[in-house]
Amino acid sequence: MIALLMAHKEASAELLQHVQGFIYPNELNLLWSVLIVLYPYLTGLVAGAFIMASLERVFNVKSLKPIYRLSMLTSLAFLLVAPLPLLGHLGHPERCYEVMMTPHATSPMAIFGFVYAWYLMAVLLLELWFDYRKDFVEWSQTAAGWKRPLYSLLTLGVRDVSEKALRLDDKMGRIITIIGIPSAFLLHGYVGFIFGSVKANPWWGTVLMPIIFIFSAMVSGIALLMFLYLVTCWLRKVTVDMTCLETIGKCLLTALVVDFSVEALDWIHRLYVADESLDVLVLLASGKLYYSLFLVQMFLGMLVPALCLAAMIVYKEGWKRRQTAYFVCSLLVLIGILAMRWNVVIGGQLFSKSLRGFTTYKLELVGQEGLLMAILLVLLPFVIVSVMIWLFLPRAEMTGTTRAIDD
Amino acid sequence: MKSSQQSVSRRGVLSALGKLVAGAAALATARKVRAVTKQAVTTPAPAGYDPTKHQWRMALDVNKCIGCGSCADACKNENHVPRDPGYFRTWVERYIIKKAPHGSGEPCGETLVDSPNGSIGGFPPTLVPKSEILKAFHVPKLCNQCSNSPCDMACPVGATFRTPDGAVLVDPTYCIGCGFCVQACPYGCRFINPLSHTAEKCTFCYHRITRGLKPACAEVCPTGTRIFGDLKNAKPDDPLLQFYAKNRLQVLKPHLGTLPRVFYAGLDEEAR
Repeated sequence: MIALLMAHKEASAELLQHVQGFIYPNELNLLWSVLIVLYPYLTGLVAGAFIMASLERVFNVKSLKPIYRLSMLTSLAFLLVAPLPLLGHLGHPERCYEVMMTPHATSPMAIFGFVYAWYLMAVLLLELWFDYRKDFVEWSQTAAGWKRPLYSLLTLGVRDVSEKALRLDDKMGRIITIIGIPSAFLLHGYVGFIFGSVKANPWWGTVLMPIIFIFSAMVSGIALLMFLYLVTCWLRKVTVDMTCLETIGKCLLTALVVDFSVEALDWIHRLYVADESLDVLVLLASGKLYYSLFLVQMFLGMLVPALCLAAMIVYKEGWKRRQTAYFVCSLLVLIGILAMRWNVVIGGQLFSKSLRGFTTYKLELVGQEGLLMAILLVLLPFVIVSVMIWLFLPRAEMTGTTRAIDD
Repeated sequence: MKSSQQSVSRRGVLSALGKLVAGAAALATARKVRAVTKQAVTTPAPAGYDPTKHQWRMALDVNKCIGCGSCADACKNENHVPRDPGYFRTWVERYIIKKAPHGSGEPCGETLVDSPNGSIGGFPPTLVPKSEILKAFHVPKLCNQCSNSPCDMACPVGATFRTPDGAVLVDPTYCIGCGFCVQACPYGCRFINPLSHTAEKCTFCYHRITRGLKPACAEVCPTGTRIFGDLKNAKPDDPLLQFYAKNRLQVLKPHLGTLPRVFYAGLDEEAR
C-alpha cells in the first residue's frame, strides 16, 4: 500500500511539471482515460450500424440488401464489447450490477444498464432471431459437425417454416426494427447526454451534445459497414455490389454533412455567445487539441472523405479505383470519429474548471487503462464480427446464389 | 411441427421472458429498499444522532485567511487523505492581481493563482515584485455541500447522498468508482481515492460535527476564517448568525444554480 502511494506521489510530481496556469489540486490526475474514449466510440458504431440496417428493412432502400445482415451482426458484435471499457475503468467493477439493481433516478448514467439490456435483448437479439430463424432451421439440417447442434439450439426449438410462420417472422422483424430506430437514437443520444448534462464542464455541457453524438454515431457506423463490406468481399473474393457501395457512400456523405453542420453550429454558438469559458476553450482547441481536432477530426476525418465521396458521385470511372477510394474514405472517417471521441472525453478534462489552466494526459503503454488494452478492446469486436460472419453469413449468401450453408 | 404447437412454444418463450423481467424488477425493488435503509444508517454519526434536528453551515471570511495551510494539513490528518499533491478535501488558493500597465485604461492587470501542495506548509514568496501587485488574497476551498448538488444527481447508484442536516456524503461501501460525480462537481472538490478506488470529498468532518465538535479545518484555523455552526440550534449571539448579519455574502459560481451551503465574505470576482 505504501509502495502504491509512493508510486502515485511520483506520478503526481511528474504531472505537476506539465501543468500550465492554475488548476484545482484535484484536477491533476485526469480521471476518464482512453477507455472512456472507446466507450462512446464503440456505442456509436453499434447505433450507426443498426440505423443502416433499418434503412433497408424499414425504409426499403433495396440497394442496401447485401449489407443488412452484416449491419445487424456488426451492431451485435460491437454492442457485446461496448460495456467492457466501462467495466475496465470502474474503481469497483464487482459492484457494477448496482447500476441496474439500485439505479439513481436523477443520474443519466443510471439508465445505461436498462438502455443496454433493452437494445441487446429486445432489439438486436430478437430481430436477428426472427430474421435468421428460417436459416437456422435449414442449416440445422444441412450443416456438418458441431455447427449442426449450434444452429439447432439457436432455433430455440421453433422449427416451423410454414409460409404463415415466415410471414410472422418478417412482420415481427419489421416491428422490432421500427422500435429499434428510436432505441438506437436513445442508446447513443443518452451517451451524449451523459456528457451534455455536465453543467460544470463548458466543453461538454451543451444541449447539442446528444445530437452531435447521434450524427457522429451514424457517420462512424456507416463507415464501419463500408469498411467491413469491402474487406469481407475482398477476403472472400466475392464481387462487390457497386450499387450497394455507392448507396453506402451517399449515406455516409449525407451523415458527414449533417454531422459537420451540427458541430459547426456548436462552435458558431460558442463564439457568438462568448461566455466566460470561451477563452480557455479556444486555447484548448488551438493548443492541446490542435492536431487531433483540426488535422485528424476535421481535415482527415471529415473534409477529405466528404470531398472524395462527393467527387465519386460525379466521376464514375474505374470500379477498382473507386473501391479503393471508398475503402480509404471509410478508414479516414473511422479514425476521424475516434479522434472526435478523444477530443470530447480527454479534451474536456484537460482544462481546469477554474478556467485558468491545463493539466496533461499521459497515456500509458501497458496496464489496465493503457494503450495496449485500448487496442485490444478495439480489435475484439472485429474478431467477434469475423466469427459471426463465418458462422452466420456464408459466402454463398454474399454472392446471392443460394441461402443454404455450403459446408 | 404444426403451427398450433408453434404458437404455444412461442408463447412459452415470451412468458418465460416476462417472468424473468418480473423477477428482476422484484429483486431491484428489494435491493432499493435495502439501499435506502442502509443509507439512513451508514453515516459516521454516533447512535442516537438525529440529523433532522440540525442544519450545518460554514462561512468563510476571505479577509482573514493568511494562507498558512493549517486547515488543509489538519484535514489530511483527520480524514486520512493521501499525502499527495493530487488529492485534497480542502485547500487554499492564493490570488495575486497585478497592477495594470500605466496608461492601459484598465483597473487591474493579470491575475495569478496558485496553490502549491494545496497550501500545506504555506505559500512561498511570490516572484512578482511588490511594486507590481495591486492586491493579493487567499481563498480557502472545500466542498460546498450544495443543496442542489450536481454530484449527487450524477451518482448512478445513489452512493452519494444528501443528509437532512445539510451535508453531502459518500457511502464508500456502495460507490462503484465511476467518477461521474468528480466530473459533475463544478468546484473540483471530489477525487477518486487511489487506495479505496471510491469517490471522496469533504464531509464537514461529519464524524466530528455529529459529536459536538467543529470540523478539523475550522478547529485549527488560527485566524478564525472558517466559521461553522448549526442554524437550527443557533442562539442570537452565535458567531455564524453574527457573521451572516454583519457581512455581505457570496457563493462560488452562483450561475450554476448549485445552491451551496458554504458562504464567503469578501470574495473578489476573480475567485472561481
